Amino acid sequence: MAVHNITFTLNGEAEAAVVPSHMTLLQMLREEIVMTGTKNGCAAGECGACTVLLNGEPVNSCLVLAVECDGQTLVTVEGLAHDRQLDPLQQALIEIGGVQCGFCTPGVLISARALLDRNPHPTKADVQAALVGNLCRCTGYVRIIDGVLAAAERA
Amino acid sequence: MLNPTPGLPAFDYVKPASLPEASHFLAAHGDTARPFMGGTDTFVRMRDGFWGEKHLVDVKHFEGMNAIAFDSDSGLTMGAAVNMNRVIASPEINAHYPLLAEAARTVASYQLRSRATIVGNICNGSPAGDTTGACLVLHGVLHVHGVNGPRTESLDHFFLGPGKTVLQPGDIVTAISFPRPPQGWAGRYLKLGRNALGDLAIVGVTALGYPDSTATSGCRFRLALASVAPIPYRPVAAETILAENKIDENTIVAAAEAAMNGVKPISDARGSARYRQMMVRNLTRQAVTDVWQQIGG
Ligand code: FES
Ligand code: FES
Repeated sequence: MAVHNITFTLNGEAEAAVVPSHMTLLQMLREEIVMTGTKNGCAAGECGACTVLLNGEPVNSCLVLAVECDGQTLVTVEGLAHDRQLDPLQQALIEIGGVQCGFCTPGVLISARALLDRNPHPTKADVQAALVGNLCRCTGYVRIIDGVLAAAERA
Repeated sequence: MLNPTPGLPAFDYVKPASLPEASHFLAAHGDTARPFMGGTDTFVRMRDGFWGEKHLVDVKHFEGMNAIAFDSDSGLTMGAAVNMNRVIASPEINAHYPLLAEAARTVASYQLRSRATIVGNICNGSPAGDTTGACLVLHGVLHVHGVNGPRTESLDHFFLGPGKTVLQPGDIVTAISFPRPPQGWAGRYLKLGRNALGDLAIVGVTALGYPDSTATSGCRFRLALASVAPIPYRPVAAETILAENKIDENTIVAAAEAAMNGVKPISDARGSARYRQMMVRNLTRQAVTDVWQQIGG
């Protein structure tokens, strides 16, 4: 089966990888690049734990082929903090208690970052709609939603 | 032990340089090759072992595949690779075909919709597609590139069975176009899922209505039902009742019952056949009432 040499930008840095055709973006991130912030929950586009930004838009990385990312720009949860400063969303989720086991958190942060990038002042309903694809088994969502709203307010 | 999160089975990813090259590759490989767009359906079915293609052909980079073009005479043409979030955000679609955006908003989650496409959903022949009903009632026409070059396919005779369509090996849908909808029209998509957002449809009802002086009732309705038949279903008997009788509550109930009696849904994890039938009646009544109020009833 074919392998492909690809190059892409990951969290602002140029990266290259050699990937077989059927490798998903999620597998490449976790198993090839060994950047394990992005989680594998269902590998079926249901849970959102694998959410990353592909050219600025959130996608389920379990349903994207690594080879499709040739020449593209990726951001994972590892790319949210800058200069030792947490993203305001990370800070707010910590303070408000939006993290329990933390498995959903990387995907939640990416979806919420994308929401605030396209809509800096979301309503509660906007936040709920943006996070439909991010399942959390711990928090009951209330504090996640509060955290996203708080981060938007502070920005 | 069962691997709880298996990867995809091995296949070759192919990215042809041109449409003719892609059509020839697909035709030469018959059942072992398949074009894909966002992959949201394809990869899940491959992972679960329902599809075993040896070649997946990426077709979303060809010219026009990502374009949305509106013309006040000819209507809307949307490239096959336009994702559902772009449909939802498009000013042209919201101004002239809001039913498409309304249906797209009910699909799965934001991150899935950044990859999912209306055309991909149609090509996979799913009877459950949320946006397919809107495409049917808006008289969508598919632009197909096959081994003999481009042609068009109406959606009216496109679906043959679950996962089966008139598409042949080598066929690639490049766009879908819609004529201008009738003057004074309104539309509605009502979806019943197990939760308010994000689920597949247990039942989906699309209704489009418009004033028409040639109809006894003074208006015509086009209806489409999702998840209740082997293919996206047009309840013609209900449409006829709505064209031939003065529209009032009784007529709408009669049409909704005709829609219910015309379908023989299956029972599955999402709902029993009987429940689905009753929900076809209730949602049809609601959708037609909503549209009727909007078009001046
Ligand atoms: S791992 Fe991708 S959506 Fe669950
Ligand atoms: S914090 Fe545990 S799944 Fe969300």
